[in-house]
Amino acid sequence: MAEMVKLYIDGKEVEVPKGTTILEAAQKLGIYIPTLCYHPDLRPTGACGICVVEVEGAPTPKRACCTPVTEGMKVTTNSKSLRELRKGIIELLLSDHHVDCPSCPANEKCELQSLANYLGVDMNALPKILERKPLDETSIAIVRDPNKCILCGRCIIVCNELQTVSAITYTNRGFEAHVDTFFSMGLGNSSCVNCGQCTVYCPTGALTEKSEIDMVWDAILDPDKHVVVQEAPALRATLGEEFGMEPGTVTTGKMYAVLKKLGFDVVFDTNFAADLTIMEEANEFVQRVKNGGPLPLITSCSPGWIKFMETFFPDIAKHVSTCKSPQQMFGALAKTYYAKEAGVDPSKIVSVSIMPCTAKKYEARRPEMRDSGYQDVDYVLTTRELVRMIKEAGIDYKNLPEEEADELMGMYTGAGTIFGATGGVMEAAVRTAYWMITGRNMEKVDLKVVRGMEGIKEAEVDIDGLKVKVAVAHGLGNARELLTKVRKQLEETGESEYAFIEIMACPGGCVGGGGQPKGSDFARRARRGEGLYKEDKSLRYRCSHENPAIKRVYEKFLEKPGSEIAHKLLHTYYFKRNIVSGEAIEEVTHKH
Amino acid sequence: MKLQRAHVLVSVDPETVMAGAKEVEERLIKEIESRGLSDEIKVLETGTLGISGKGVVLVVYPEGIYYVNVKPDDVPKIVEEHLLKGRPVKELMLPELPVRAVKRETVGLTRKQVRIVLENAGVIDPENIEEYIAVGGYEALEKALTSMKPEEVIEEVKKSGLRGRGGAGFPTGLKWEFTRKAEGDIKYVICNADEGEPGTFKDRLILEGDPHKLLEGMMLCAYAIGARKGYIYIRGEYALSIKRMQKAIDDAYKYGLLGEDILGTGFSFDIEIKKGAGAYVCGEETALIESLEGKRGQPRFKPPYPVTHGLWQKPTVVNNVETLANVPSIIKNGAEWYKKFGTEKSTGTKVYTILGHVKYPGLIEVEMGTPLREIIFSYGGGIKNGKKFKAALVGGAAGVFLPDRLLDVKMDFDNLKEYKAVLGSGAILVMNEDACMVDMLFSIIRFFYHESCGKCTPCRIGTRELLELIKKVRKGEGEESDLDKMIKISESMWKSSFCPLGQSLIMPVKSAIENFREEFVKHLDKEFHCENCRR
Repeated sequence: MAEMVKLYIDGKEVEVPKGTTILEAAQKLGIYIPTLCYHPDLRPTGACGICVVEVEGAPTPKRACCTPVTEGMKVTTNSKSLRELRKGIIELLLSDHHVDCPSCPANEKCELQSLANYLGVDMNALPKILERKPLDETSIAIVRDPNKCILCGRCIIVCNELQTVSAITYTNRGFEAHVDTFFSMGLGNSSCVNCGQCTVYCPTGALTEKSEIDMVWDAILDPDKHVVVQEAPALRATLGEEFGMEPGTVTTGKMYAVLKKLGFDVVFDTNFAADLTIMEEANEFVQRVKNGGPLPLITSCSPGWIKFMETFFPDIAKHVSTCKSPQQMFGALAKTYYAKEAGVDPSKIVSVSIMPCTAKKYEARRPEMRDSGYQDVDYVLTTRELVRMIKEAGIDYKNLPEEEADELMGMYTGAGTIFGATGGVMEAAVRTAYWMITGRNMEKVDLKVVRGMEGIKEAEVDIDGLKVKVAVAHGLGNARELLTKVRKQLEETGESEYAFIEIMACPGGCVGGGGQPKGSDFARRARRGEGLYKEDKSLRYRCSHENPAIKRVYEKFLEKPGSEIAHKLLHTYYFKRNIVSGEAIEEVTHKH
Repeated sequence: MKLQRAHVLVSVDPETVMAGAKEVEERLIKEIESRGLSDEIKVLETGTLGISGKGVVLVVYPEGIYYVNVKPDDVPKIVEEHLLKGRPVKELMLPELPVRAVKRETVGLTRKQVRIVLENAGVIDPENIEEYIAVGGYEALEKALTSMKPEEVIEEVKKSGLRGRGGAGFPTGLKWEFTRKAEGDIKYVICNADEGEPGTFKDRLILEGDPHKLLEGMMLCAYAIGARKGYIYIRGEYALSIKRMQKAIDDAYKYGLLGEDILGTGFSFDIEIKKGAGAYVCGEETALIESLEGKRGQPRFKPPYPVTHGLWQKPTVVNNVETLANVPSIIKNGAEWYKKFGTEKSTGTKVYTILGHVKYPGLIEVEMGTPLREIIFSYGGGIKNGKKFKAALVGGAAGVFLPDRLLDVKMDFDNLKEYKAVLGSGAILVMNEDACMVDMLFSIIRFFYHESCGKCTPCRIGTRELLELIKKVRKGEGEESDLDKMIKISESMWKSSFCPLGQSLIMPVKSAIENFREEFVKHLDKEFHCENCRR
């Protein structure tokens, strides 16, 4: 048992394990201490000083987020002097902040704004000293606005420690200190993999997605355009909470309804494409097992992970599935299969996807993603952007009557929906691979060992006597750890203990994606994941190969998994990238 | 050592080199050679002799005569008259001798200095290990390694009452004890030689004038705490210090005083130099450690303290140069001897840099508890050019402005605290009646603004807000409420900044505004008496 420490916070006694911080001890008592740079998922840096508390006997206040408790400590969390101190810090921050709350993408989600409101800060207490700096708009996916940065350091910890990408860090010092990329070349010319975790953790509007809202509105309003929309699995488990519902509430029907109301011509579902991905990927796995590899097979649906692999692990590219992500499979089919079936001129189709992801913006614009003869996916909106559009349109999401998706590419199974949670792709693939190898469905399709928020999960799957060891990693730091091990195994013995690995760039999988609402902490991500597993359980079909719409697309268009046309439209190849600039150097795998 | 009739020490430091010390030295050697005196008279380079603003400085032993403002063309005369004929050249001599490198001796204006730390500076050739050994160097190390347990070394340092000379005044022996007792096999000693406090060059004098003393201090610390490896983090601009320290380290290895199995006692220790890159904040021990690890120089949160989680998260002692340079004498002569100097709670001596409008700017080492008035008016010779005293900024940029009525403060850790002041780096900047306090405060705030690391909000933005406000006041465009705003911001910086850099700005801001408020108010009314502000 850990050594316990007794202390008093605002006169209340509390006992906590040694090493606990004052903030954690206060939370245990239900005492609120305002924080700003602190985030429960990340190590505290003590940068902002908002969480100062008085400790009896100490000459100056202490930071609650990083001060460990001591025996008999007497802490005061609220006093006139502390309130003034906290206000003073917010005043300082605001004097150096571009305050445009109503039009800021972080409006209502901004922790600086809510703290200023909470503490009752005079916005103009101090002379404005902000020196406007240019925005970094070099990236396809993410915009950095230094005028809104409060240097809390969260993005740097996220990029360097959580994701181990290290695209950004501090530069210069004092008032000139700011977050920047290598040689100020901009995020678009850096090792940034567009995972967007920085945009989720950024407490203000300093880091956001590059918005495509205006382009989508224009397309919707253009009578010549036929706008097709797809939504990722995670959307249905996230939108509700943005409109006052419990986190993890699944609102699939409302999601379809709102998209129709916004004016999209056809509402399909990425889940359909997720089922399709499983057909192709499970087939690829079975072929690799039968034909002697190369194994392990590593999933490819997370575009942040793909760029990470191309940058830091190009040597294992041949282990990565050649399958495109569901978004891109959908895009390639929308302008071919759907255009043909519906008799629409593909040049008039505008293909929009709504993703919990910023990397999808980048993926859609990769030059090789044009197999339909057009850019397969035209616009990518994040969850946050869709929420803004719904609010702009003044729609009461919570009370919206449910509707259905359009059928051709809208029908999906439980396997497709769990794509949105870490472990979901693995579980879905195992369900179908089992069927492909044995010709029958698993008795129990649930593969619970690969679910949940643990960073690296392992399991052994028994497919009719064939023992398959699988692993799941989410968050690129965990991915790096797992792949470093795999790379070593491959180098030393030529093979790895794992046959199949799922990797998602974002902690929690897509429900924790970089396009998800700000404030998506680990706890919230877990609840969204649970929502998806609940939906999986409630669906009539739970295996991708059972999806009637999937059967139909193979019958009418794609022939069979791994066919020539399937390869043309649904598979891709990878590059080796410059570790500093992210530029593609050469192809490391090739298209069939 | 060969016996010589006379030694001429040439002060070689950045200031004297600028004034032509190298040319003077070359000429000296040439003139001595040409008169066939090379066997009798030795020319040595030494560190700064503690005399500032007086061009090239020489000292001739055994007489101990100082020549200042020496030009190469003066050299023949000095050689001919003094070295050959024994008649000192009066017009080049320092008229009133404020400093002399001897222990407890009455000199010049009947001022006595007590030199423990600086006992050898300006006396021996710092680049010659044998000279250090000849004056009793490395005796303390030998004593400790052969007759004392590490715990006894710590005990002796504890008993001596030695407190950290970097500014905070933490008891050195206690710090060592914490580190010794901290869990872990690997421990480190770091010497903080990142002397960056404006107007301070006391550490440089030790580094350049007596490098082996510092090495010996580090070795004693390493032995006491159980460290195998030490680092000297030297300010990068201190090129000569780095060169001399490196020479001293190389020589110590050659003499078996560093490396494996030192003096055959089984104790092993290595020292490496790391150059600082010029950030003021790296003088803060945890920022220094970050920098040493190759990271951005930003302070770490304390606790945990370096004594348990320091360099590479291992138990680490970080001590200032002056602190470590005190240790050999303590071990050699004993704690009781050391305690005779200074006051009860601030034992020993303190090295001060006196600068500004005094007659004798320079370095002195005096006992703890010496009144500030005595330091300024006796050692410093008072205000030059017949002007009146106005204020002294004590402790460096992060120090306190003291007016005349507060000058009787005794300079030690505890007395200064009562005046809300600190010893800090030991810099004493003296200002005469013409000095402008508003302009001074402006310079200080600008310095802090420039040197803030930017990690924490209160310091990063607070320094900028203060800069905006003082600029306004300085131009006569401010209001009286701006003065209160400045005090309020610096108070909140004191309470909520992450490290001492932001916390300490309150001292100059508050003391300047409170002690010299009238002058600030005059500025608000556009009554300027200094050119800088009028412009």
